[in-house]
Amino acid sequence: MTVTTRGKAAGLRRVPQYLALLAYVVFLAFPLLWLLSTALKTPREMALADPTWIPREPTLANFADAFGEQDLVGAATRSLVVALASSVVTVVISLPAAYAMARYRGLVNRIAIGWVLVSQVFPFILIIIPLFMILRDMELVNTLPGLVVVHVTFTLPFALWMLQGYVRAVPAELEEAAAMDGAGRIRTIIGVVAPLLAPGVVATLLFAFISSWNEFLFALVILQDPDVMTLPLTLVRFTGPEGVARLGPLAAASLMATIPSLIFFAIIQRRLKSGLMAGAVKG
Amino acid sequence: MRMKSALAAAAIVALAAGCGSGGGGDKGGSAAGKPGEPVKLNFLSLAWQKESVAANKQIVDEWNKANPTIQVTYVQGSWDNVNDQLVTQFAGGTAPDVIHNDSPALSGFASDGYLLDLSDKLPAELKSDIPQKSWDTVTFDDGKGKQGVYGVPFLQESQVIIANKKLLDAAGVRIPTPDNPWTWDEFSEAAKKMTKGDKFGVAWPMKSPVNKTLNLALNFGGTFFQTVDGKTTVKVGPEEKQVLQRIHDQLYKDQSADPAALGQGTADPLPAFFNGKFAMLPAGVYLRQQVAEQAPKGFEWVTLPPLKGTTSDQGAVSQTLSVAQDSKHPDEALKFISYFLNPTNQAKLAKGDWLLPTSVKAASDPSMTTKENGWDVATASAKNLVVAPFLKVNGFDEWKSKVATPALQEYFANKISIDDVAKKLVDDGNKVLERYQR
Repeated sequence: MTVTTRGKAAGLRRVPQYLALLAYVVFLAFPLLWLLSTALKTPREMALADPTWIPREPTLANFADAFGEQDLVGAATRSLVVALASSVVTVVISLPAAYAMARYRGLVNRIAIGWVLVSQVFPFILIIIPLFMILRDMELVNTLPGLVVVHVTFTLPFALWMLQGYVRAVPAELEEAAAMDGAGRIRTIIGVVAPLLAPGVVATLLFAFISSWNEFLFALVILQDPDVMTLPLTLVRFTGPEGVARLGPLAAASLMATIPSLIFFAIIQRRLKSGLMAGAVKG
Repeated sequence: MRMKSALAAAAIVALAAGCGSGGGGDKGGSAAGKPGEPVKLNFLSLAWQKESVAANKQIVDEWNKANPTIQVTYVQGSWDNVNDQLVTQFAGGTAPDVIHNDSPALSGFASDGYLLDLSDKLPAELKSDIPQKSWDTVTFDDGKGKQGVYGVPFLQESQVIIANKKLLDAAGVRIPTPDNPWTWDEFSEAAKKMTKGDKFGVAWPMKSPVNKTLNLALNFGGTFFQTVDGKTTVKVGPEEKQVLQRIHDQLYKDQSADPAALGQGTADPLPAFFNGKFAMLPAGVYLRQQVAEQAPKGFEWVTLPPLKGTTSDQGAVSQTLSVAQDSKHPDEALKFISYFLNPTNQAKLAKGDWLLPTSVKAASDPSMTTKENGWDVATASAKNLVVAPFLKVNGFDEWKSKVATPALQEYFANKISIDDVAKKLVDDGNKVLERYQR
């Protein structure tokens, strides 16, 4: 068998793989494309018995309504600030904690891990009133820092779990090797462990960012002033009772709402690579 | 590089701390108002239709210009979450001063002491402009046995029939008027006449069947609840069964109702309606807005008045404006409500939401009586509205979600008989209500 024939055979074998991949991409992109299509339709076209994919009379009126009626840019800016702050604070707190959880064994550690697990099964709705009272007494109701505190509190347990998994995956032998070379604990963590944790940190940042960006319930009860409201609170204003909604402006506003998280993901995903440690302790 | 990242992180946190901490730590819904400073009121509005939001904002702006000493901040909320939001804010003492809601939600908040009793505070002009039957929709027990008025009712909804004019004319049926409406029998006959091949006379979207059927049941005197010696129980007798049976007959006996619409929400069948799949759609008056906006060019539609059984009575709830018990400025809040709901403004609000004003003067506004988009028929139907019998039943919400909704859905899907559904509504329902009356 020649090299060319082998290449052709391999190429043919890949066709089903590419088809499967294409189907998966279409599946993932479907909601976004439908959102775009809806955002460009007139109310009349949305009510057609046979829905169209490509609008017959494309219109930007829904975008004009969405931006004209609501302060979407302001709300998106506030959401972005809250999401960035929440994700950074979450990582700053959870990184050393995750290291301690992964590397030190003992009763206190086991209790801490158990507590983190238990906190995950608590229904939010049960604690929302006491939490509101605490924030009110701290004068954090109706403020973005108050919302950041809440988002960090609720993202931390899962972020801790994520990160401690990444820390465990870093072979202890690497730290021992660094110690043999004369590096202290802090230097080992900063110089050896931290770079290897970059994908884990990025994944945690993404998780915390998206959780905060989409969060609705806490924002609803904590933020009351129109000048501090975040994007989810603004989007819901296009909906009426019993699930009835103004679909056009809602689709236009929702489409705009996905853009910042897509940009954030695009910037950060290059760091989201695995395999950094492959072969690190061989030989 | 690391230093840059750390600085960037610190900057983000600092930005969040500084960015828009609007009124942080304000422990009340309104600012206390130092001498010389205007009183500030927060107004939580649930308007969501474009025209309605515009009308709300316009009225608030007009008030703020005319009343420099009482400034109102318009805060837009959402129907789907307002009660979660209010429960927390009431408990924390930070609820808005003026609250838009609907009358079923007021009962619980009133008995918990979160809303101000407006009984002896209402201006005579406002009180006399709204009929007593509308005030009845906002009159509740305060939890200690005393009846109070916990809101000002301002918008109501009746059930009308939206019909395809071309199909109606082709069937040659009598066109009903508010003075001479169809009886349920005439309606059934008309639906049968308009059923041909795969086209149906009517569609009953029954995704949320409870309020619709309970409100219509009053056509035959069906109340579904009875209170004897202070104890409320469910009753499903011949009066209550009438409307249930008639809708069921259209679906399965006459086969004049489109079965495809059965599991849909009220607005979902509109594409099929515009396509001529069925001729009539019983719906709340507000649906006219979507019909007017979405109907294809050249599609002619009419609004038919409510049906008549032994009467044309229909149950109704109201949209309301209330004052929070914790408001620091209740008198100013009530002044604002009186202005906001004067007849001129009520007409604007009703037009914006395509609903019916409670104000008698507003109902005679030319914009409410025009033939365009069926306003004349819709406004005339307000005379048939009486307090929904379920409005004052403790435990109704649980009965509705856990018992009535699944039971009625099974019945309309022809999975159980009329006697089965009656037994479920009564037996399972009374167990639920009992817990609320201990």
